[in-house]
Amino acid sequence: MTVLAVAQRRAGTAFQRQGALAVLAVVVLIAFGAFPNFRSLDNAATILVAAAPPMLIALGMTFVIITGGIDLSVGSLYVLGGVLAAWASQYGFVAAIAVPLAVCGAIGLLNGALIAYTGMAPFIVTLAALLGARGLMRAVSDEGSTTYIVQNDAFHTLGTGSLLGIGNQVWLVAIIVLLGMVVLSRTRFGNSVYAVGGSEDAAALMGVAVRRTRIGVYVLSGLLAGLAGTINAAKLGSGVTVLGAGMELDAIAAVVIGGTLLTGGAGTIAGTVAGVLLLGVIQNLINQVGDLNSNWQQVISGAFLALVVVAQTYLVRLRRT
Amino acid sequence: MTTLALTTPRRADRLPKYGVYIAIAALVVYNAAFTPYFLTVSNLRIQLIQVAPIIIVALGMALVIGTEGIDLSVGAVMALAAALIPLYLGYGVIAAVLVSLLAGVAVGLINGALVAKVGLQPIVATLALFVGGRGLAVVISDGQLRDIRNADLIYLGSGDLLGIPVLVWTAALAILVVAFTVRRTVFGRRLLAIGGNRPAAELAGLPVQRVLITVYVLCAVLAAIAGLLSVGRIQSSDASSIGLLIELSAITAVVVGGTPLTGGRVRVLGTVAGAVLMQLVIATMIKNNLPPSTTEMVQAAIILVAVYAARERKTR
Repeated sequence: MTVLAVAQRRAGTAFQRQGALAVLAVVVLIAFGAFPNFRSLDNAATILVAAAPPMLIALGMTFVIITGGIDLSVGSLYVLGGVLAAWASQYGFVAAIAVPLAVCGAIGLLNGALIAYTGMAPFIVTLAALLGARGLMRAVSDEGSTTYIVQNDAFHTLGTGSLLGIGNQVWLVAIIVLLGMVVLSRTRFGNSVYAVGGSEDAAALMGVAVRRTRIGVYVLSGLLAGLAGTINAAKLGSGVTVLGAGMELDAIAAVVIGGTLLTGGAGTIAGTVAGVLLLGVIQNLINQVGDLNSNWQQVISGAFLALVVVAQTYLVRLRRT
Repeated sequence: MTTLALTTPRRADRLPKYGVYIAIAALVVYNAAFTPYFLTVSNLRIQLIQVAPIIIVALGMALVIGTEGIDLSVGAVMALAAALIPLYLGYGVIAAVLVSLLAGVAVGLINGALVAKVGLQPIVATLALFVGGRGLAVVISDGQLRDIRNADLIYLGSGDLLGIPVLVWTAALAILVVAFTVRRTVFGRRLLAIGGNRPAAELAGLPVQRVLITVYVLCAVLAAIAGLLSVGRIQSSDASSIGLLIELSAITAVVVGGTPLTGGRVRVLGTVAGAVLMQLVIATMIKNNLPPSTTEMVQAAIILVAVYAARERKTR
């Protein structure tokens, strides 16, 4: 292999891993020059606070996708978690967090157990969970007619307060993302996640607990989606029952833009963070351009997604040859 | 090589194969006995009109799933087709219909090229247009809901032919065409062969890329047809609501009907039955005053039971 080919291959790997970060840097630099309002600290804080719930959902999705799975139920679990948190807040701070996590974690467990033990496709199992969790949310909220108001001041402060000028939620999410990085790259569970996604048979031969790993990632995904809904309820002060949140596909888009392969076995949390922030920055910029229809945001996000995944595919191919 | 996809179903396939029809029969009997006004002509009309667009979209989805693919963009295609109608209705209904069908062809070509030529996973390839397509449709229509007063288009969506809604005739025609395509044409056999074992199909010299692109074009065109018929049915074009979440209904109909997500097999009548079953469940729940929450949980249970019964045991 020539020096040039090696260099080319390394560049390909680097772009696939850090491409979203590079694109994010370029977009932010351009925005700094072109939009005076983008430069303020307030605006940066706004972007980060808005990105907090999607970041948690995408973090869980990253684990799932690295195992070669997919979780379509997270949008419903996000809404369900928010409603449950607002409802449970009347019983105190701990209940407001524990109830949504328990229920969403249990649904994640059900997803994982069905996928691991019956061999049914993750796509279908979590599609059913999408419907079931939405039904549960409707049942809890009297068919969507009751909006629970958060009744615990400490819980409400978790969502609205700030520390050193940065929202509490951003700190919380930052800590969880760092924990996620450590778990994925430094623990036995993290290794198992990569091993199962790389080759299930090989992982089983190596003695990896394949089923337990599969169940683990769906529990994690359910918990994080529930937590995302919980902190959103804390911020808004109520459980919002907006239907068809569609956040599962946004999360998948962010994870894929961040360089995680849907075929499993490869991906990083840093990439996912960059992917979520990139989508957030695009949305923020479109809000800044006053005369741009906000629907352009979807169009541009879709185009970005197509561009990034096509580039990734070619780079992966380059690396393999 | 095509025999690979035409191996006879094993005995374990029987329950999932007939389960959906048994469930439909049971629901019909239950409703006939206990639900007032269920077996009236007007009620049957309403049910058929509501399920027809889902059937049309699900047929295209079944073809895509037969190639071991998936198409998340069908709802966005419906919205795009619907958004284009009012813009071109001034040139006549034929021009408007042609433009919205062309939009379907264009989306299908993009999806197909991303899957077949670039080699993207179908879920990612079609996710891009799922994310961007509806936005584009809303941008095209300027976020406005447009009333449609064209008599021809309204006839297509809500008129009758021989006492049966045109919408139902269209769905029936689509079922016949798709069933014929899958069972009797070379294209259909190639489609199943690719879904059954793509590397083998490639080695056998089948035009894999061309077949895949055609499949995605067919799926998108069927979605576009459903979109323009929906415009005629509700007599307005609203890009932000037409076809919303229909991709999930269509995928549900396909898998409940016994088509495996792993490709290589397409159950056309099963897909129709899957859509009808889900529609019947909703109708039964509504007519018995059960809330949407229960309906959704029952739907979730039906999906799980159907797919559990039909799941392919690992042979390797």
